[in-house]
Amino acid sequence: MPTASPQPENQTLAELCGRGRPRSVILRLFQEGTVRGLLVGCAMFSILITTLIIGILAYETARFLQDVSVVDFLTGLEWNPLLGADRHFGIWPLIVGTLLVTLVAAVFALPIGLVTAIFLSEYAPPWLRAILKPILEVLAGIPTVVYGFFALIVITPALQGLGRLVTGENTFGAYSAGAAGIAVGIMILPIVTSLSEDAIRAVPKGLRDGAFALGSTKFDTSVKVVVPAALSGIMASYLLAITRAVGETMIVALAAGGLAQMTVLPWEQVQTMTAYMVQIFLGDAPATGVEYKSSFAVAGVLFLMTFLLTFAGYRILLRFREEYE
Amino acid sequence: MSPTSPTGTRPPMPSTNAPEPRNRGTTVVALPPHVNPVEPTNPPEVCIRCRSLNSWYGDLQALHSVGLDIPKNRVSAFIGPSGCGKSTLLRWFNRMNDTIPSARAEGEITLDGRDLLDPRCDVVDLRRRVGMVFQKPNPFPKSIFDNVAFGPRLHRRYSRLDLESLVEQSLRRAAIWDEVKDRLDQSALGLSGGQQQRLCIARAIAIGPEVLLMDEPCSALDPRSTAAIEDLIRNLRDQYTIVIVTHNMQQAARVSDRTAFFYNGALIESNETDLIFTNPAHRETEDYVSGRFG
Repeated sequence: MPTASPQPENQTLAELCGRGRPRSVILRLFQEGTVRGLLVGCAMFSILITTLIIGILAYETARFLQDVSVVDFLTGLEWNPLLGADRHFGIWPLIVGTLLVTLVAAVFALPIGLVTAIFLSEYAPPWLRAILKPILEVLAGIPTVVYGFFALIVITPALQGLGRLVTGENTFGAYSAGAAGIAVGIMILPIVTSLSEDAIRAVPKGLRDGAFALGSTKFDTSVKVVVPAALSGIMASYLLAITRAVGETMIVALAAGGLAQMTVLPWEQVQTMTAYMVQIFLGDAPATGVEYKSSFAVAGVLFLMTFLLTFAGYRILLRFREEYE
Repeated sequence: MSPTSPTGTRPPMPSTNAPEPRNRGTTVVALPPHVNPVEPTNPPEVCIRCRSLNSWYGDLQALHSVGLDIPKNRVSAFIGPSGCGKSTLLRWFNRMNDTIPSARAEGEITLDGRDLLDPRCDVVDLRRRVGMVFQKPNPFPKSIFDNVAFGPRLHRRYSRLDLESLVEQSLRRAAIWDEVKDRLDQSALGLSGGQQQRLCIARAIAIGPEVLLMDEPCSALDPRSTAAIEDLIRNLRDQYTIVIVTHNMQQAARVSDRTAFFYNGALIESNETDLIFTNPAHRETEDYVSGRFG
């Protein structure tokens, strides 16, 4: 029972309001200024770092392009940066290798991810969803190096066995675009599922009710109304997942091989842009050599690719959010 | 016979003008299962028949022993304060409550003699016969044409020509054809709220239902669009049995032939709309339609 204020019942509200000690205006302005400065500083920091990274990429790429012509770099079909006498810096083998791994990952993850998302959102009873969602989150939290091991010790042998079974020959080697692609696909699966499910769940219940009331089955409702209504959100999830696949490094460095070759065959080994950078920076390429500088140029191209994909993904996501405001 | 039993429950169906003490108003919370007033002579053909229906959401009982007949080719209005169970009852008529996992019902609802609560009842076929229009217009994010053609395409295969005339006839019947005939391929989301609601009515009647359930179809609309929908409801009555849930008593008075008043999950009274509004048999009905509560 507080007894501090005497005769509280006799004081008017106005008297009580005027009792407290006023807050200092100077102090208030100072606090506000400090907080604002701190916030602006933090925001600036990330912008500064991004600018710095882009700047370094541009600078080193420019230095590289003094040694190798832009035309050779952007149109060349042979990537052979290390063998002294006969060097070639045509980036296409790296791009094709990257796209091949990404394609395998996309073919694996996008359909499974969408079907899983539909199941979780429309079909799964709440208790099953409560189990499956956390498992997916765990899958998303596994370090990619683990997926790389997984590719080498599980996926590759499985593919080798499958290849022997089908063709009778050893089609898959120890390293292959296919094994790496499937591992990357498993890695991006939670991204596709989670973002697609968000998009599907964001479809207003009224649309489902409208479809059911016309005599739709659950499948009709999901496939003919809900998924089309969520399509832009699903597309955005696809783009963001593909962006992750393009930039994935550890899995391909472990499982895709190290030979930069122009191939669309998933049982061949390929070198991706990221894997090449790992090779250069982990090897002992001198900081003055052309091959060292070439990795910056490759990084620049990779950055442009992922930037465009991310940008497109967020634009679509934004449009999707507007549709149901 | 005493006017009220000691426990505060109602005596079984007294004469309509039996005076009751005014201070009874606070005890109406626990109303007993109610017996319908006697149907007037020469009753119209019954479309939906509902007997001792109880319904629950989880442990919460939403409907208490409701007995009601919905006459064929008439407009029936359900009125009552929020949470009185009128929408719940409506949503059993096409089993839309199936989408709510905790909802269940016991009792009897029959449509032309067929038991709607039977687990073996074909819900898809039921919903083809009993269409529904919702509180908030919910056109699909598709073209106007595809919205109306959605239902027909679910249930039958039509030639393109037949489908086009079916869509046109449905839109005409819903009194929206003239406004949309030049933009059938444009998104339905570009229509105004009132147009969207009439499109939803066109969508509902395009599969040839016998019954149209309307769950507060005008509560999200402006007065002009409301008037347009009410005109439409009056025009549709010759061909469809219409059940409309509304918070708007004037609307019930304007569009309906029969009115049922619900309170706390019980059907208090059901009669010709004129009688409900001019000479209600029960105090709660009178208080509600005269605006004293609700």
